[in-house]
Amino acid sequence: MLSKVAERVYWAARYLERIESTARLVSIYDKLLFDLPKQVNLGWYNLIVINSLEQDFADRYSNQDERNVVKFLLGDETNPGSVVSSLHAIRENIRTTRDVVPAETWELVNELSSYVTDHLQQGINRSARHEFLDYVIQSCQQIEGLLGSCMPRDEGWKILMLGQNIERADMTTRNLDAGIAAILQIEEDDYAVNSRQTIWGNVLRSLNADQPFRRAMRSSISGEPVVKFLTCDTYFPRSVVYCLSEMIESAEALPHSKDVIKAIKKVHKSVIESSEHKDFGAEYRDVLNDLQVAIQQLHFVIGQTWFLTDR
Amino acid sequence: MTIDWKQYPLQEGFFDELISSPGNARQPARQLANYLSSLSEDDIASRKLAAESTIRDMGVSFTVYTEEGNIDRAWPFDIIPRIISSNQWDKAAAGLKQRLQALNLFIDDLYHDQKIIKDGIIPEFILKQSKNYRKECEGISPRFGVWAHICGTDLVRDHNGSFFVLEDNLRVPSGVSYMLENRSIMKRVLPEVFEKVNIAPVGDYPEHLFNMLASLSPRQGERPVIAVLTPGIYNSAYFEHAFLAQRMGAELVEGSDLMVDKNDCVYMKTIAGLERVDVIYRRIDDMFLDPEVFDPDSVLGVPGLMRAWSKGNVALANAPGAGVADDKVVYAYVPEIIRYYLGEEPLIANVETFLCFDDKQREYVLANLDKLVVKPANESGGYGMLVGPHSTKKERETFAELIKANPRNYIAQPTLALSTAPTLISRNKVEPRHLDLRPFILQGKDTYVTTGGLTRVAMKKGSLVVNSSQGGGSKDTWIVDTTAGKS
Repeated sequence: MLSKVAERVYWAARYLERIESTARLVSIYDKLLFDLPKQVNLGWYNLIVINSLEQDFADRYSNQDERNVVKFLLGDETNPGSVVSSLHAIRENIRTTRDVVPAETWELVNELSSYVTDHLQQGINRSARHEFLDYVIQSCQQIEGLLGSCMPRDEGWKILMLGQNIERADMTTRNLDAGIAAILQIEEDDYAVNSRQTIWGNVLRSLNADQPFRRAMRSSISGEPVVKFLTCDTYFPRSVVYCLSEMIESAEALPHSKDVIKAIKKVHKSVIESSEHKDFGAEYRDVLNDLQVAIQQLHFVIGQTWFLTDR
Repeated sequence: MTIDWKQYPLQEGFFDELISSPGNARQPARQLANYLSSLSEDDIASRKLAAESTIRDMGVSFTVYTEEGNIDRAWPFDIIPRIISSNQWDKAAAGLKQRLQALNLFIDDLYHDQKIIKDGIIPEFILKQSKNYRKECEGISPRFGVWAHICGTDLVRDHNGSFFVLEDNLRVPSGVSYMLENRSIMKRVLPEVFEKVNIAPVGDYPEHLFNMLASLSPRQGERPVIAVLTPGIYNSAYFEHAFLAQRMGAELVEGSDLMVDKNDCVYMKTIAGLERVDVIYRRIDDMFLDPEVFDPDSVLGVPGLMRAWSKGNVALANAPGAGVADDKVVYAYVPEIIRYYLGEEPLIANVETFLCFDDKQREYVLANLDKLVVKPANESGGYGMLVGPHSTKKERETFAELIKANPRNYIAQPTLALSTAPTLISRNKVEPRHLDLRPFILQGKDTYVTTGGLTRVAMKKGSLVVNSSQGGGSKDTWIVDTTAGKS
């Protein structure tokens, strides 16, 4: 497989995952608003902070309100991680890899692009946001399903899986971070316990993890089991450890993968170790931040191993 | 109001492909015409809408270069197909094969003994001044003696419906993916008609292209590695490059993905290291192929590619230098070329052509600029030409100067009575619009012609310019067998 094609497939997978995750992230906050007591003043701006987009956001908006945050995350072309920008990137990547992905991928991506372009306002206004986000998430799953049922399990697939899992691992840490950021805003009052539970519950739901969590942990919802589940569960496909294990498996099937495997295993080990934490508040956000940096490092190792065409 | 063929405004002096006289469809088009007039206005509007959304979903686009930047436009498409009977088509197809075979013998001769010049059939200066003759190719013998493996020949029909060749495109002809996509669109838009009419399928083109390319591989007996070499995403035909690579299971590569090693073989850079490439279907012009030989500033090409090709370590389709026969002055000699190499009469005629380097013919051209179409010898895409009857006095004066300054570079042809076909111009209104046809001919070990080709239509009333870069659209092309009933 051509190095350049590999790089594009990898990015297509990352962007696809990013679109779905961004839609999920917005939907957590959207749903939280229904359930939290009215006294809680939830900051939409947290979503900008956890995605490390403060500077980009400040360049565009002064008012850190819901409308601007949602607009920035869904429809802003100057934000490289917005749904609209990611769709643009995914189209370019699929267009240039049409020889390795199933032909229908291109059609589905075009359909999703047209939908997002035509219905963006729905996503920004709160009244129809749920429907919009649902459509986006379902379309991403449809594309994933197509790839999963049609692609030969060759190098192209392994690269695709690397892209999907690295993005998933990263986004799971950001979802956790979003939850913790919201919890830190809750004041200690009569509603605090309930509010915390509501927030953790929504973090789980946003990752489709509530049912698997109940069955695996047999516990009520609170910080410690939720964080442990989302970082270290070995069966749940969005847990950080699971994603890293998948990456190891994909890398093992690819040529010249020794350095990549070694690097992933190192991150894997550090995730397990950090789950020994007891307090999942402000301090744990630093742990998550370090993890995000480590995942970014993995990305560089992958690029150096397989993508650089000037090797 | 439904479509009423009695009201169809046939144009005097032009052959209409579907309608022979008011209210009467030609035999192969009869079922379609009846079906269309059975549809209500709303039905037709919804079919048109279905076509548009299909085009959008399939992402069929082409790039237009403007001053504001490159725009990806949706493919303009008319839902009424153009129909040709199969026995008429079979004759045209035989003529196209004959033509390409002769052209390949001609190109091979030019790069070897130049017998045709020594025998006085073609004047030597035509070759000497040809922009697309490549000295670097002299003495090289590509497999089967074939240089132009893929040819897109533009056909037009006169007022009697006879086919004429307007030009041969032997460099990097494009459009075949649109031919294939047009058919997929039509199957979704008018599925009922496909049940009733015997329409020859077109979908096997990628298979034939693959087999042809595979037949060129220097490592016969092994599975060939075939690559489509594209200039990249900003090229107007990128959609097609990706489409063909996908349909053939070939690698889609850019120059930077390839390299030529010390052993003069071509390799592509893969995640596992270097892998040898056997056949390159190149979609970049000669001048950009190899910066070592041609344009040294080219970043699209591959240094050393010509070396690898001339040693026979990689096949290039089309071969460098094949464009020499693409010259519109050479075009005027094709009937002679066919007689010279094949000893046969041409099965499809040329359009009458005046060569401006000839004093007498130039006089005639200069005196009749308002009636003629003047074309530069080596342009494509409809650029740089003068359409006499639609020109201003100033434009004619400019062209007169251009012709006098460089007569070898210009030819002129009578304004053609380009045939028409019914085209949907509003919800329920059809009017005749002019069209041409670009079939694609392949030659490797064997010769193959597409069933029909890409029909391009000038969407503007009265216009004769069909190029998509200049406001043209397209139609599906049906080759219909009327002798066999569809059960």
